[in-house]
Amino acid sequence: MKPAPFEYHAPVTVADAVGLLAEHGDEAKVLAGGQSLVPMLALRLARFGHLVDLNRVTELDGISRENGSLRIASMTRQAVVGDHPDVAKAVPLLAQATPLIGHFQIRNRGTLGGSIAHADPASEYPAVALALDARMEVAGTGGTRMVPASEFFVSTWTTSMETEELLTAVHFPVWEGRCGWAVEEVARRHGDFALVGAACGVRLGDDDAVEQAGVALFGVATTPFRAGAVEQALVGATAGADLAGIAREGLRDLEPTDDVHASADYRRRVSAVVVERALRRAIEEAARG
Amino acid sequence: MGDVVVTVRVNGEERKALVEPRLTLADFLRQECGLTGTHLACEHGVCGACTVLLDGRAVRSCLLFAVQAEGAEVTTVEGLTPADGSLSPVQEAFRDAHGLQCGFCTPGFIVSVTAFLQENPKPTDEEIRDALSGNLCRCTGYQGIIKAVRMAAGLEAAPA
Repeated sequence: MKPAPFEYHAPVTVADAVGLLAEHGDEAKVLAGGQSLVPMLALRLARFGHLVDLNRVTELDGISRENGSLRIASMTRQAVVGDHPDVAKAVPLLAQATPLIGHFQIRNRGTLGGSIAHADPASEYPAVALALDARMEVAGTGGTRMVPASEFFVSTWTTSMETEELLTAVHFPVWEGRCGWAVEEVARRHGDFALVGAACGVRLGDDDAVEQAGVALFGVATTPFRAGAVEQALVGATAGADLAGIAREGLRDLEPTDDVHASADYRRRVSAVVVERALRRAIEEAARG
Repeated sequence: MGDVVVTVRVNGEERKALVEPRLTLADFLRQECGLTGTHLACEHGVCGACTVLLDGRAVRSCLLFAVQAEGAEVTTVEGLTPADGSLSPVQEAFRDAHGLQCGFCTPGFIVSVTAFLQENPKPTDEEIRDALSGNLCRCTGYQGIIKAVRMAAGLEAAPA
């Protein structure tokens, strides 16, 4: 239960961190909050010759408004994201998702960027990023590039970032107007990874019908799953619509994971239920607002 | 691989040691500082027995390398006890409410509950259960533990 030996690096700038990643290539791994990586090292599921610790890189901490988006730097702790008034106001879906991550001791240490770059398909933040069309700010030796969430998650624990690249921030679009938000999940115990979960946002027009919707599931596939067909079917729907039918029909193409925790059939049925619950809550909240 | 000198303030005292980077903060506290009140069970962040305060916030000391605590302030269960050897209010409540059976998980609970009540001095029962969910007790003593938190928060009187 002890990690294999490694060389420890604690850069203080993004440039130095990227330099270390470029120098050590596959042998190097970024250490953010450590709440997923350190267990993997302790269980010897992974070992690296070099760990590049970002905890001293102060430029990777902070939350700011930038033309229509909320920019959250990657090393911002989950506890800070969950409590921050700007997050609650501008991206309520993130504020709602945060208490579902692990336990408060984990969120004190875990970071927003760590959770997204780790890309566990059962975790909440990647699904929120996908549902909202967030954009990832990625730094490499050649400078910074922006990657849409839809092109970021490749597979379990795998993103489209190169080995020498680093997630420096995530930009979440701020939705204006009459909006509502909900995250629903089914987990064995409080704080466990979800067997199935859904994150959604809706915006209503003056006629109380849905104008815009973002829906993504987690825990159901090797990446978070964008429920595009559900979103399309929702446009024009009101709180009285057959949301169960929309969820069921819209998830027809979903081919859920089948594993020791839950069968594919169970996940398919529960997916429709959590999506329906999340949609109902979100639409009701938007209609009140 | 290169050992690193680390200096950490533990319970108000400066501790310095030459360590392997892979040494966890939990092992540093137990082996280098002799503070064996911090317990290790799962060693991968699930059980909460190794919970300590890092700059005042409750964290898993098994998920942190000692080198990462350079310059930080760490408080262990030993550091929560008043200097005269008496018990802290949370410790006293755990004793009075039978909030422990074998006691192995207790240091982690004491540290977590101390941090939790500092942030939320008058919690609801639901908030208490949520806050306790990150610490495991295998003697199934949760009812007594919940009672202890309520007592420490002054929501319930101590038994006469």
